[in-house]
Amino acid sequence: MPIRVNRALVLAFALALVLGVLAAPSRSLAQEAEFAELVATLATGDFAEKTAAIAALTATGDPRVQPMLEAMADRRLYLREEDGLVAIGEDDAEGLRLIDVLTGEEAGIVGSRDVDRIRANNRMRGIIRSALGTMTLMNPDAAVRLEAAETVFRSQDEGALDALEQALAAEADDAVRAAMEKARAAILLGSEDAVLRLEAVEALSSFTDPDIRSMLAALLVQDQDGTFAETDEAVRAAATEALDAIEQRLALWRTAGHIYQGISLGSVLLLAAIGLAITFGVMGVINMAHGEMVMLGAYTTFVVQQLFRDYMPGLFDFSLFVAIPAAFLVAGAAGVAIERGIIRFLYGRPLETLLATWGLSLILQQLVRTVFGPTNREVGAPSWMQGAIETTAGITLTYNRLYIILFCLIVFAGLIMVLRRTPLGLQMRAVTQNRQMAKAMGIRTGRVDALTFGLGSGIAGMAGVALSQIDNVSPNLGQSYIIDSFLVVVFGGVGNLWGTLAGAFSLGIANKLLEPYAGAVLGKILVLVAIILFIQKRPRGLFALKGRAVEA
Amino acid sequence: MNVGLPEAIAAEQGIVLYVDGVTVSFDGFKALNNLSYTVRTGEMYAVIGPNGAGKTTMMDVVTGKTRPDSGQVYFKQVHDLTRLDEAAIANLGIGRKFQKPTVFENHTVMENLELALKSKRGPFASLFFRLTPERADRIDEVLTTIGLTGQRQAMAGTLSHGQKQWLEIGMLLIQEPELLFLDEPVAGMTDAETEQTSELLRQIAGKHSVVVVEHDMAFVRALDVKVTVLHEGSVLAEGSLDHVQNDEKVIEVYLGR
Amino acid sequence: MTAASRPSGYVPLLMRLDRGGMVLLSVLAAAAIAVPALNLLMPPDSPFHVPTYLVSLWGKYLCFALLAVSVDLVWGYCGILSLGHGAFFALGGYAMGMHLMRQIGDRGVYGDPILPDFMVFLDWDQLPWYWHGFDSFAFAALMVLLVPGTLAFVFGWLAFRSRVTGVYFSIISQAMTYALLLAFFRNDMGFGGNNGLTDFKDILGFDLQADGTRAALFVASAIALAGGYLICRLMVTSKFGRVLMAIRDGESRTRFLGYRVEMYKLLVWTVSAMMAGVAGALYVPQVGIINPGEFSPANSIEIIVWVAVGGRGTLYGAALGGVLVNYGKTYFTGAAPEIWLFLLGGLFIAVTLLLPKGIVGTLSQWWQGRRGFGLRKRARPAVPASEGGAAE
Repeated sequence: MPIRVNRALVLAFALALVLGVLAAPSRSLAQEAEFAELVATLATGDFAEKTAAIAALTATGDPRVQPMLEAMADRRLYLREEDGLVAIGEDDAEGLRLIDVLTGEEAGIVGSRDVDRIRANNRMRGIIRSALGTMTLMNPDAAVRLEAAETVFRSQDEGALDALEQALAAEADDAVRAAMEKARAAILLGSEDAVLRLEAVEALSSFTDPDIRSMLAALLVQDQDGTFAETDEAVRAAATEALDAIEQRLALWRTAGHIYQGISLGSVLLLAAIGLAITFGVMGVINMAHGEMVMLGAYTTFVVQQLFRDYMPGLFDFSLFVAIPAAFLVAGAAGVAIERGIIRFLYGRPLETLLATWGLSLILQQLVRTVFGPTNREVGAPSWMQGAIETTAGITLTYNRLYIILFCLIVFAGLIMVLRRTPLGLQMRAVTQNRQMAKAMGIRTGRVDALTFGLGSGIAGMAGVALSQIDNVSPNLGQSYIIDSFLVVVFGGVGNLWGTLAGAFSLGIANKLLEPYAGAVLGKILVLVAIILFIQKRPRGLFALKGRAVEA
Repeated sequence: MNVGLPEAIAAEQGIVLYVDGVTVSFDGFKALNNLSYTVRTGEMYAVIGPNGAGKTTMMDVVTGKTRPDSGQVYFKQVHDLTRLDEAAIANLGIGRKFQKPTVFENHTVMENLELALKSKRGPFASLFFRLTPERADRIDEVLTTIGLTGQRQAMAGTLSHGQKQWLEIGMLLIQEPELLFLDEPVAGMTDAETEQTSELLRQIAGKHSVVVVEHDMAFVRALDVKVTVLHEGSVLAEGSLDHVQNDEKVIEVYLGR
Repeated sequence: MTAASRPSGYVPLLMRLDRGGMVLLSVLAAAAIAVPALNLLMPPDSPFHVPTYLVSLWGKYLCFALLAVSVDLVWGYCGILSLGHGAFFALGGYAMGMHLMRQIGDRGVYGDPILPDFMVFLDWDQLPWYWHGFDSFAFAALMVLLVPGTLAFVFGWLAFRSRVTGVYFSIISQAMTYALLLAFFRNDMGFGGNNGLTDFKDILGFDLQADGTRAALFVASAIALAGGYLICRLMVTSKFGRVLMAIRDGESRTRFLGYRVEMYKLLVWTVSAMMAGVAGALYVPQVGIINPGEFSPANSIEIIVWVAVGGRGTLYGAALGGVLVNYGKTYFTGAAPEIWLFLLGGLFIAVTLLLPKGIVGTLSQWWQGRRGFGLRKRARPAVPASEGGAAE
């Protein structure tokens, strides 16, 4: 179909637009009467009258217009003979169910003889479709316009071209403009004029979108007898070039996406490992029950949410703000109890500590299994954590992951502050550097040990709150993180929190960058093997302490 | 033939250990700073110096525990010690006694000596090791030297502090090293034990080259050997004990500014 | 001077046994004769009849005991706490499992004469290269030793040479078995993925379900345990063993005596891995299945508690611990499954806090206390007073 601008339509449209804008504030009775008249014209007028009515209706911006015109294009718009009611008809077992286009109410069920179908020939349908497209493309809401442009892009409907060009001329929003240009180029790609196609290809080459890639790739497809889908050589050359450019940018975006996922995984690893960096890195205690502290935190979240659901469902969105300190306290208290009850008898015997805490982890798992049952527990996400940001290249950043990255950095910064700026932090560093001297200076080392262990465990509990948002809350939750956490700490360098940070993020990113090539499982195996080899090379990790401190 | 050895030193005979320009730093702190010294065959030296002067690091470098950042360490003019690990250096004939007595407490006195006895050190050699009469005699001989014949079957952990020190010296002797490093051999000993120990060391000197690191000035005086004073990782003064004790710089370091 | 006071010299094999070892070997010899006899010769209704399922169950315990002895060799004597020995056990088991799979021949569900069922199911058209040779028992038996041995050698060579020790070694050995766990879960590794290898029919032509075969496997397990014990005992009573203990108590001191610690560790580590492989190979035909779950890090840690319960550094104590803990596991998972994990967890804690020398160590201490001084045997503590007592 040749593409040309329908001048009459534009004129009528412009007029109607002015009227519509002037009349916008309230829908008066006069307007309502006018609307009804336009509807009647649509049903009974001749071709030119109908065309004008469509334009005028479109210009009203009335929400009733769209379903009406769609029904007309689909031949579902009817005129009831007895009273001239214009209605959308829906097939029903008993006949045709009519819905009044003016009121939106049901107007009874009739047989097909009682009504006349409002006719629309092909040309009229083209006009309707274009009018519909224009309507949404000119919608005052930018989001609606964007959506409309995306729809046109997907349909590549030539009939929408006119409306698109008008909308493009009036569009001020950059994002919507880009989407419209993309849609226009996509339509022009189907044009018979090679010059227009070339222009379209060039326009499309600046977009980074997997859909455009496949669209351009389709031009270069050869059928069996060797002819290309695109006949013009210059267009093909441009398409090849455009494809390369898009491919490169897409690859870049994909890598960026993997890095984001890697950072996200890294933040989870960091959250799980950071408490361990305290208990293992600072105190030298191998706490195999560390994962269970994470699990306790997750179950605390579950309990807190249950309480919110039961007593103040309206405040559910704030439940996590209660769960975080609660998890810290629960896991921290458990940590203090473990330190006082078991670990303090085993200082200087790391391998024995490992065994005893492993036994403890078995007990805690079974305890939780007995109390809460072996199945996964449902932990809800507050509304502000739901949803996602989508980028052009088809990469989705979910809000919960973003919040976890943020949370993890806050926890990390908070921990650094605690270690540097608080009396407990000072005492902790004193005790780890020289226990005897600290004792001689009147520091109650036993208390410091217990609090340090409690701090590490409490942080693990907070990690559990975060993990409850992205992982199943089950008695085995901790088990799945313990090995990774140890590797992060060892990889980063024991006794160095910044090393733990670097270790967590580099392992997370390495994992996600490998995944697309090797698959999730093999990628993980490769990372494990790499760590094993790395530790042979640098037995003290990425950021190792040197000198006398190592010997202690 | 003298692989990598400076020609000036190759020409000079009788040098068992040659340390030149050795620097070791830990996180910016220079434990050894351009340290140079030599040990001659069959002589005994005492090394003194305040805490942190680099005495232990110096031994760590020679025995392979620590790699120097720069500098040369040659044993008997041909062996570049900076390229070898602890075991290889020990097998070349350099023995070391630690500051804390480090005998194997869960082994008997006899077994401790057997472990130290000069023999092939490979795992398979150990699997098929037999205590021949010659070896047993050698152990008996050292037991007599260190005065522990009566404790032959006692667990080393049950020995007194002084006995452990002697056992460790015995373990050094039975290794038959050419060069011995002794880190505070009389620390924590009674006066009588100290006296016996310095007698023991004098016996050893002559057969072996010995470097003694010590804090106890009375003991150093009793040894009556050349003294080297270390300070901040380099040699501050050398000579007889009287000579260094009158050295201005040494007095300053020891008494404070 | 009698020979006894000079233990370092050459001593005939039998004289190198301690009291516990004598008891272990006697019990094994008695069981190897009595159990098959009571199973095969007694009529099923006799009160003395031992049912076949018990024969296999006890055979399984003996395999675990051998596994525990292999862990005790490296942990109790050389201070290497392996959290990955389950991997060597499982690799030995897979090597045997592959042989048993090949023995099925065309009796599988799909009736393919060459390919095991799971490969037919995955639409594979030929045997992967690493499956070749496993139709021969001799080859498979060699692989039972070589596969865990090679892995241990390579892993150990890397780790010991760079002086990865203590908990660092423990953690990377755990990472090793974890990586293998993930790998064996993959279908395209060609080891049956999730389901592992199972549905075995016969071994060396004997029906695996037959009482006689079961009894023979029991006897083989007893012999393997006795053999493994003797090899370990020979190693630890030689000067090699005294060097191992020196390494355990003071690694860097041992280096300064001129011993290449990494070579000793590598040798004992590789031998131990091979023993674990043999245990796995005997385990598989008796339980009838091997799957990736055997690589689970939790399994490897559990082995440690067997050794700790029995008494580390005694070998026979480890064997006792392996049998006792697994007997308890069978009993409690049957009688009260929900409390088994509480018990196992409690056992870990109780043994480390209250019985650091294990059952055997505690009993022998009590025994020696009663007999007072004047012992003919020297009291060698099973466990050093503290880790790294000397040097460091």
